[in-house]
Amino acid sequence: MIELQGIAAASGYAMGPAFILQDTQAEIIRRTLPPEETELEIKRLESTVDQSIAELEELKAWTEETIDEEHAKIFATHILVLQDEEYIGRAKEMIQNGRINAEAALNDATEEIVALFESMDNEYLRERAADIRDVSKRMMKHLLGLEADGLDQVKDPVVLLANDLTPSDTAQLDREKIAGFATNIGGHTSHSAIMARSMEIPAVVGLNEVTSKVKPGDYVILDGAKGTLLINPPESVIASYQVLQQQYNACMQELKKFHDQPSVTADGHLLEIVSNVGNPQDAYAAKRSGAEGIGLYRTEFLYMGCESLPSEEVQFDAYKVVAEIFGSTAPVVIRTLDIGGDKELPYMDLPKEANPFLGYRAIRLCLDRKDIFKTQLRAILRASAFGNIKLMYPMIATMQELREANSILAEAKQELDKENIPYNREMEVGMMIEVPSAALIADILIQEVDFFSIGTNDLVQYTMAADRMNERVSYLSEPLNPAILRLIRNVIHAAHQHGKWVGMCGEMAGNLTAIPILVGLGLDEFSMSTGSILSARALMSKLNRAEMQALAEEALNMTSAEEIKQYVNNKVPAVAELTL
Amino acid sequence: MQKEFTVKNPMGIHARPAGEIVKKASSFPCKISFLVDDKKINAKSIVGVLAAGLHHGDTVTVVTDGEKEEEALNEIGALIESILE
Repeated sequence: MIELQGIAAASGYAMGPAFILQDTQAEIIRRTLPPEETELEIKRLESTVDQSIAELEELKAWTEETIDEEHAKIFATHILVLQDEEYIGRAKEMIQNGRINAEAALNDATEEIVALFESMDNEYLRERAADIRDVSKRMMKHLLGLEADGLDQVKDPVVLLANDLTPSDTAQLDREKIAGFATNIGGHTSHSAIMARSMEIPAVVGLNEVTSKVKPGDYVILDGAKGTLLINPPESVIASYQVLQQQYNACMQELKKFHDQPSVTADGHLLEIVSNVGNPQDAYAAKRSGAEGIGLYRTEFLYMGCESLPSEEVQFDAYKVVAEIFGSTAPVVIRTLDIGGDKELPYMDLPKEANPFLGYRAIRLCLDRKDIFKTQLRAILRASAFGNIKLMYPMIATMQELREANSILAEAKQELDKENIPYNREMEVGMMIEVPSAALIADILIQEVDFFSIGTNDLVQYTMAADRMNERVSYLSEPLNPAILRLIRNVIHAAHQHGKWVGMCGEMAGNLTAIPILVGLGLDEFSMSTGSILSARALMSKLNRAEMQALAEEALNMTSAEEIKQYVNNKVPAVAELTL
Repeated sequence: MQKEFTVKNPMGIHARPAGEIVKKASSFPCKISFLVDDKKINAKSIVGVLAAGLHHGDTVTVVTDGEKEEEALNEIGALIESILE
């Protein structure tokens, strides 16, 4: 058995004979046309264009319905390519003046444009070349009368292997015949990976030379969770994967029911499941995955993706677009700049520090660089007029810091008032609880904010005094440690005493073993990565809050994380059932 | 007529926004082109707009000439600055 490791692109398991999609360039025969034939040849090209546009219209409608409007726009662009005078016009000109056949003209016009894109040394533009190739491939198939790429001969389910799959290829995969697919190239966010997740086809990408390592008909197992492909595994491995696949499928059936449901406990308490995102693309994905809003919008990407500090306008646009993706009621919590520590901004040229995680970062940097901070606050305030935006400060350690941040916010509001720029005057302002000092004075801090969001990754790091990047002390990075749970209890209790809400945006919020305890402690909002949403919601529907309160109380008196995990897993069998 | 605009989409003008720009440009009767660096690009050509490879922060000079040139200049400029995703 050979095991290849790639990038997990879409979860699930697929097994069966391999079908290798040949990437052979069809043989293009060049002919010189007698003058009287050029008209006819141009007509042939035109009818191919019409046929391809009709197909793409169908594909676009299908994608809109089953995936989303954003991906459908890819096909709208492909249609424009077919209507483009500089492309199709150029091919026609070649037929007319060069007196060559349509296939040769299409090939030459395509190569001209692709060469233009590829000459611009830039990965982003090379991807644009792929769009042109995708369109050209479609037309060439029609011109050559090759309606099929071999896939139509597939009768029984196969695992499809290809060098790469274009958006058109992926959208047209027949779910009945293609159990899963694997490609040589691609990454987690390539079009085919995103579409595979939407279409629920297990997929692994970036497997390098998978199409040459596997022979047609080899039996393969594709593991979309681990990102592996097993070639000709023994019977015992096949049997164990069959069991895994059955469990997975049963679980997915069950989870689907929770997609559009509110997050409610068995005894009727309403909770909120939202998502952590870093850019508008993530926000679209979160919405598709069933998130009720955004619990943590990391704004760092905007700063890291630029060569200098992003302007107020650029930020305003980026915040507004995420708010609009979710509409006017769903919450979008925007965290102000959390830079420093392990996240650097080359153009700021910050001096190296001995202990960056304990140093000049996040709110500390923002309070020192009021110019940067106020620009961001103004942008967030302005975007708040377009949706249910909430603002949140990272890494507050003292009341002084919170007050200073709030006073800069008040200044920003005054400025906007003077300039007659609208913003939401009721916008909620909260802070993250990531530093033990903040957790300990939560009852005081809560009086000057509208909500807390507990950032468990840093809270664990600072409470346990254990660098989360250091493997040798990784045993201490355990959010279910009773010390952490007690801090969390303190924070939730303090906020509820003052009628305010508490969320959590660390990895712990999506951890199935932690959820029963967090529900018991009264956490209101759970912000997690998109993949955890449905299983978390399914689990919550099985929990009785009163029972979880008792469970949390027991757990908080235990001596270790291990003991607590075992206890929760015994008391709440649903945790194990939902762990895929 | 001509005027400079700045690309604000953090992702640049990739396939989807380029499509929106071309559609808008094609709805005007006048000639519309983009000057980027020293290249002149037909704004009604998706291939041209894509090949311009516009990134976040890039400056584009929109040039319009003919019927409804002012309206075209304003609307295309606004689109370049407002597309975000």
